Amino acid sequence: MSASTSKGLSLRRIRALVIKESLQVLRDPSSLVVGFLLPALLLLLFGFGISFDATRVSVGLVIEKPSPETAWFATSLSNTPFFNVRQASDGLAFVDDLAAGRLNGLVKLSGDFAERLARGDTAGIQLITDGSDPNTASLLSGYVQGAWSSWLQQRALTKGDVAKTTIDMNPRYWYNPELESRRFLVPGSIALIQMMIGSLLTALVVSREWERGTIEALLATPVGTVEFIIGKLVPNFALGLCAMAVCILAALFVFQIPLRGSLLALIGFTSIFLIVALSIGLLISTVARTQFIASQMALLVAFMPGLYFSGFLFEVASMPAPLRAFSAIVPASYYVRGLQTIFLVGDLPSVLVPCTAILVFMSVVLFTLTGFNTRQRLD
Amino acid sequence: MSDALVVIDRLVKRFAETSPPAIDDLTASIASGRVTGLVGPDGAGKTTLMRLMAGLMTPSQGSVVVCGFNVADQTAQLHEAIGYMPQRFGLYEDLSVLENLTLYADLRGVIGAQRRSTFEKLLAFTDLARFTGRLAGDLSGGMKQKLGLACAMLKSPRLLLLDEPSVGVDPISRRELWRMVYQLIADGVGVVWSTSYLDEAENCADVIVLNAGRALFQGDPKAMTADMAGRVFLLRGDIGDKRALLKNALKRHEIIDGVMQGASVRLVVGEGLALPSKADLGAPDSADVVNAQPRFEDAFVAMLGGQPKRTLTLDAGTKPTGTPTPVQAVALTKRFGTFTAANNISFEIRRGEIFGLLGPNGAGKSTTFKMMCGLLRPTSGKASVDGLDLYAAPAAARGRLGYMAQKFSLYGDLSVLQNLNFFAGAYGLGGARRQTATQRVIAAFDLEPHLGANAGGLPLGFKQRLALACAIMHEPPVLFLDEPTSGVDPLTRREFWSFINAMVATGTTVMVTTHFMDEAEYCDRVALIYRGACIAIGTPEALQDKVRSAELPNPTLEDAFIGLVQSHEGDAE
Repeated sequence: MSASTSKGLSLRRIRALVIKESLQVLRDPSSLVVGFLLPALLLLLFGFGISFDATRVSVGLVIEKPSPETAWFATSLSNTPFFNVRQASDGLAFVDDLAAGRLNGLVKLSGDFAERLARGDTAGIQLITDGSDPNTASLLSGYVQGAWSSWLQQRALTKGDVAKTTIDMNPRYWYNPELESRRFLVPGSIALIQMMIGSLLTALVVSREWERGTIEALLATPVGTVEFIIGKLVPNFALGLCAMAVCILAALFVFQIPLRGSLLALIGFTSIFLIVALSIGLLISTVARTQFIASQMALLVAFMPGLYFSGFLFEVASMPAPLRAFSAIVPASYYVRGLQTIFLVGDLPSVLVPCTAILVFMSVVLFTLTGFNTRQRLD
Repeated sequence: MSDALVVIDRLVKRFAETSPPAIDDLTASIASGRVTGLVGPDGAGKTTLMRLMAGLMTPSQGSVVVCGFNVADQTAQLHEAIGYMPQRFGLYEDLSVLENLTLYADLRGVIGAQRRSTFEKLLAFTDLARFTGRLAGDLSGGMKQKLGLACAMLKSPRLLLLDEPSVGVDPISRRELWRMVYQLIADGVGVVWSTSYLDEAENCADVIVLNAGRALFQGDPKAMTADMAGRVFLLRGDIGDKRALLKNALKRHEIIDGVMQGASVRLVVGEGLALPSKADLGAPDSADVVNAQPRFEDAFVAMLGGQPKRTLTLDAGTKPTGTPTPVQAVALTKRFGTFTAANNISFEIRRGEIFGLLGPNGAGKSTTFKMMCGLLRPTSGKASVDGLDLYAAPAAARGRLGYMAQKFSLYGDLSVLQNLNFFAGAYGLGGARRQTATQRVIAAFDLEPHLGANAGGLPLGFKQRLALACAIMHEPPVLFLDEPTSGVDPLTRREFWSFINAMVATGTTVMVTTHFMDEAEYCDRVALIYRGACIAIGTPEALQDKVRSAELPNPTLEDAFIGLVQSHEGDAE
């Protein structure tokens, strides 16, 4: 550390750096793209483009021996909003389509379907799914089972045979009753966007000073490390808050995500995470000397872990232990957890307090590292 | 010296244990109230020394004390006392002139009434008052330089460090900057001016001449050139084939240095030696031999032990024949939107001629050059290479030219041989023809001992040879060189031009772009490009004659450039 840091901060110098940085942000189309266009695009992509809800799954229905019972079931299957049903009398007719991915699965009603039903025996129904897409396959099997059991109930009711319906299961999905994946994807993507803006933008603006050689002139003035860092932080924090506003408005009004917690908690929690993201960007910038390297590092250090280990796309609990341990140091995983809670459950202190504490701790560690690594010299 | 602003004591700076130090055991002092030149080629250690003095680097050994503050641990006080203008001027290009000034004023604590008077003074001094609202990125090179100087000057520093302030700046702005710097030293400021242009050393009161991290000379540059008095001669008038004459003269042991200077040949004899007779030099009787004013560069080369003597046997392959004007540009014009980068530029280059496009950065040289390479389509006009129209038959025309880019486009991670093979392949040479072509250039440029070495690790001189070897692999009748030797040390530059001269002797036609007056001296004819227009074409002598006057009996090419630009602007108004 050079002597100039110990000399105390000058508000005048900080103000000058903040003004300079803000002017640069406003005049640089690329920071506005990262600040506004990127959030909007990512949000649209995650909000509309990606969905784990299978609607209109293509299913081949094989009816080996048509009967009134099979026709009844076929109608009931076609009437749900989830399936595109095609019929044939022989499973062979669908094998090619299944292999080519034109069908997600087959439902086969055996020749003795009606007889077995009449006997009350195990039913002659078989489900074959395309396991190469496990997600859709498990959805499909869930839907078909649901359709099957509701048809059985309906049939029993019609026949006045209530006793035959052995188990009556009525599932209730709390917090997201329609089971729309969008409701947890949108909060997750907000986390990703904040991470991106915080780290990428900050890393870029510092490495740009190196690339253009302006840092040399700056370092030869009485500016100290802390002043330099604050000067970079303030405008990018403001830009991050703007992006947050875009995200929240879109979440509430475009995607109609309910906000069960308070707006205050949402803004406060996001601000803390934004500071963590900014400090990651600053830490990157102490190593990266070109904008290219800075953006690559931001992608690797911030975006990718945020995408894979925050629990926003992939369930962390089902990962092997080393990866679970890794996800514990990914800031985005705490933010995603907190954000999903605020949106879908409410201001739940048992979740928010520990998450906030961990994020605050992370930012303190990162800032300390940045402070030590920020070089006042060129060698 | 009691008024020493900078005291450098046995300074060593290394960046890695294994590599040679960037600054090697330097002891020097820099006085206030005068300009000290830090002179040397690229890579000599100038920028490293500047950064050390600015407190941006710490010495590996030894000490640097600036204005009484040790750069190792008193940077805060140091930064209050100095002004530093880094290369590329350290300006924020997306901020306006006034915003840049305000930023640095705030950072340096120049506020209130002091700021108003300082701004007023500096804006008048730099003549930037009319442009305060303009973005720094939209300023010309000369104006950026002045703004950079103004930002460094805000707090009336005791020491002003200017790192290569004249790179890429047109000669007129360069002169203005010198005028401004002379005004500053009159007020007692100490100025350090680093440069790779040896001719700038003559403007300094003191110089530290650096080469490979070591000081070759310290003191009054006039003392350095004074040693050369009576040892520099010009052979001019009817000297026959000047290239053959130079080659012959350099064979004599008395001659330690020789260069082309327009139509004349400049020779330097070793200390205590006499100039051999015309017959011994291989000059015709009709030649005039005159004593020439020694230049700083003569002294620099003499100090390095003179020009390396090596006779070059370049088998240039088939001697080019065909059209007598292998390069032609007819009314080339290029507009980018409303901006005219090149306006109605026409010239012809004769076979076996070295032709220079001379002009400052941003004048339209590169645009013209790119159009001549077929890389850029002109808005109007025509160009041809070896009789082939560049826009009607671009591929065929490009096959007739060799091109060497400014920063040698070699693959640093490939070996010398791999580079040669790659470029041979790129030119469509296969099988036996590739073999012959690579063997030919390996022999011509003495590349044999380096064939296995990575191109990136070669010394500068060999990189340059390799780049040239790659460019002429396909025996092009026309060779284009983009600033081939700017910033290169004088010995490497001489060697490079000896290759070019050998190629020209076999009939190759050469076009060179440069903003470097010294490079233009090697040309048979030059075209001055200024603000997109070609303002004069002729031999260097003819251009100098145009500005020769009673006040300026011996104009340099730079004088000619400035004079012609001024009269061009006078005509335009």
